[in-house]
Amino acid sequence: MSLFLTQLMIGIGSGAVYASLALALVLVFRTTGILNFAQGEMALYSTYLVWFFTERSVPVWIAILLAMAISFVGGAAIERILIRPVEQASPLVLVIVTIGMFLAINSIAQVQFGNDIKLLPRAYPNKTWLPGNVQISSDTLVLVGVLIAECLILYLVLNRTKIGLAFRAVASNAESSRLVGVPVGRMLMLGWAMAAAIGALAGALVIAPVGLQGASMQQILVYAFAAAALGGFDSPVGAVVAGLIVGVVGTMTTQYLHVVHDIELVVPFGLILVVLLFRPAGLFGTTRVERV
Amino acid sequence: MIRFAIAIALVIAAAYLFGWYIPQFYESTTTYLWAEAFYIGVAAMGLNLLTGYNGQVSIGHGAFFGLGMYTTAILMESHDWPFLPTLFVAAALAFVVGVLVGFPALRVKGLYLALVTLGLAALFPQLTNRFVPRDLCKTCGTSQVGELARVKLLPPSWTPTFIHQPDQWAYYATLTIAVVGIVVLALLVRSRFGRALIAVRDHEAAAETVGINVARVKVLAFATSAVYAGVAGSCFVLVNRLANASSVSTFQLSIEFLVAVVIGGTATVFGPMLGGFVFVFSNRWISESFPSRLLFWHINDSIKSLLSPAIFGIGLILLMYVLPEGIVGGGRRVGATALRRLRRRVSAPAAT
Amino acid sequence: MTDLLKVSELRAGYGAVRVLQGLDFSVAAGEVVVILGANGAGKTTTLRALSGMIDASGKVMFDGHPIGGRRPEQIAAAGIAHVPQGRGTIVDLTVDENLRIGAYRRRDAPGIAADIARWYSTFPRLKERQTQQAGSMSGGEQQMLAIARALMGRPKLVLLDEPSLGLAPLVTQELFRTLADLNRDDGISMLVVEQNAGLALKLAARGYVLETGTIVTSGTADELAGNDDVRRAYLGI
Repeated sequence: MSLFLTQLMIGIGSGAVYASLALALVLVFRTTGILNFAQGEMALYSTYLVWFFTERSVPVWIAILLAMAISFVGGAAIERILIRPVEQASPLVLVIVTIGMFLAINSIAQVQFGNDIKLLPRAYPNKTWLPGNVQISSDTLVLVGVLIAECLILYLVLNRTKIGLAFRAVASNAESSRLVGVPVGRMLMLGWAMAAAIGALAGALVIAPVGLQGASMQQILVYAFAAAALGGFDSPVGAVVAGLIVGVVGTMTTQYLHVVHDIELVVPFGLILVVLLFRPAGLFGTTRVERV
Repeated sequence: MIRFAIAIALVIAAAYLFGWYIPQFYESTTTYLWAEAFYIGVAAMGLNLLTGYNGQVSIGHGAFFGLGMYTTAILMESHDWPFLPTLFVAAALAFVVGVLVGFPALRVKGLYLALVTLGLAALFPQLTNRFVPRDLCKTCGTSQVGELARVKLLPPSWTPTFIHQPDQWAYYATLTIAVVGIVVLALLVRSRFGRALIAVRDHEAAAETVGINVARVKVLAFATSAVYAGVAGSCFVLVNRLANASSVSTFQLSIEFLVAVVIGGTATVFGPMLGGFVFVFSNRWISESFPSRLLFWHINDSIKSLLSPAIFGIGLILLMYVLPEGIVGGGRRVGATALRRLRRRVSAPAAT
Repeated sequence: MTDLLKVSELRAGYGAVRVLQGLDFSVAAGEVVVILGANGAGKTTTLRALSGMIDASGKVMFDGHPIGGRRPEQIAAAGIAHVPQGRGTIVDLTVDENLRIGAYRRRDAPGIAADIARWYSTFPRLKERQTQQAGSMSGGEQQMLAIARALMGRPKLVLLDEPSLGLAPLVTQELFRTLADLNRDDGISMLVVEQNAGLALKLAARGYVLETGTIVTSGTADELAGNDDVRRAYLGI
């Protein structure tokens, strides 16, 4: 039982990361209708920025905040400069544009910062507690805490502020929003900006324990994509729930199901397939997303 | 009449260039590169049948490609088959798996389908890691995962004498497959089945009302497109002399096929092949034509190799701005506009 | 009466297709003007051109300022509210939120609250459903919501695109009565595009008849209602 709970904790910890990145994907999708293949690489670049600042002896939490701020601006700039010109293009063209961004950002980051493995200082002490023989690491606690804080802030911004109202209005019906005077373009930039900042935070926290290199975010992005699809591309709640599900199911199966040893990707994608067969728009999504 | 003559001349020129000049006068690395362009083009053609003509997006065709690759490699290495017959087994297997994937695709659509197929691409390398022995070739040593014995890659004895090197054999085999693939595709999209594909893409409900069996068309589209990818994977074995699906490459290949389709032109016969050429050669061209010094920045080889994806990525984005319909589709539009202008200019003086 | 909106030589279209061939018309302050015309005559295009949703050329003077070529949000801020065809409900927001987004350009919180209360009393059905998702309401309710949302911005001019579309006859009559009240009591000017010419001509003071992008007839509502061509084409008499 304690092993089970320990695994559950580990699963929730990695699930929190997938949830964060999936949340970023959903924010971009809700506003601009784009599946952003470059989301992971944007987070990678942000994490390099964290490393860059800490190398210049900026305290690590300040470095993370700085990187988040820069990513916020950068995300908005990417929407305005790279995405806006092809806003009306076919979904396939948009996919290719984000793939182009994926390649470009990944390679620029490695040229700019070097392609050796970077070790990030930990933002918090690495500790493990054993309440009732259940191992809980500080990693899990921080990742979960950050996810909760993210959700709370996002909820407050979206549901309790005027700009949040405008943001949701644009996500639901851009044309009507424009007709009542909402600056739609700025809301789209906001979506990308928030996504980039969330991705930066997730990247910095998940990479700190293992070291940063060019391919750091790719596996995580695949899981985040899985989470976004499972929850429904247009549902922030779905992204969080599904992220946690993917994380927990992943660790549980590697622990208990030896059949899937070495092929653990069977589990999340099998899960997605089964869920999508019964709910073609994910657990929490609406069916309007199906166009492409 | 003039148009027909131009077409004939072009075909003859292409036949000479591809059929004789490239495999006979270039060094083997270039020949292999062309062969690579061909098989990427073949896989992209298959994906185009599904995505361009039938509107189902797949980011998992690397898995079908891998299936063909392993089928051919295992049959050649462990069962001593020659290359050509393995193609039929690879095609048949890809067809069956394509049908199996096509069924869930009836219900899972759009971006969700793209994600499920992405899962396929992510999963495939794990499957091969677990179920395929790492050293297919017992005599090769363990220098490279999935390497094939040299002797199996030599041209078979029945080939004409001008095919005597492994690179030429790989080239001619892939070229033949590419030509057959294009001809079949061109016939296919003009057939009843091709019209059904397009009808289902444009309006599923309407297609149903005119008596098209939508489910059958969609599943067959998946299976046919998987066959193209599988056969392309078989060619990979001949060209790269190994069979290996590391986690990066299957996913990357799936993306490459999609890129080739879109930059070449979705729902065009020649577009994906052209996209494959552009993809393969632009990558090499970028890394070769890089200056070693840019103002005060000394660019060494390692930076060059790191930076070339950036150049390619930026090029990709710019291409999408300028020609969102791809090279063939965009070329058609630009050509039509130019022709109209030309006609107007010619006829204008007569009118005044 | 001074012209609130004065349009001259308005041309617009989609891509290479020109729909509007140069329109001249005006709406006076406090006036309701109707544009009649068959499907495809360019009525919706006219409204979309006015609110900046599509590129247009020509001179558009609103409240003494040129607004041609401005972006939709700027035109909305200038005081033109556009109730689009099909009602443009922001389906994922609640009824309450739909009204509050209508006041996006305003900064006076007490005034906004007062207006919300006011439109709830005008449209009691909306009050009953204030926390409900707007997309779940009936067509008539959504049309009321669209109008109330537009009015939340305190516009000087409301553009209404086919308000009766898809509504039951009784609901339509009630809606037009409300529109007439709003015009009479609050002096809100309206430019209405409508297929139901009979109702529209009762509401409007003046009207224009649009055919393939050109204004072919204009006059007071009574004149139009008495015009044989108009009667035959749009009143079914």
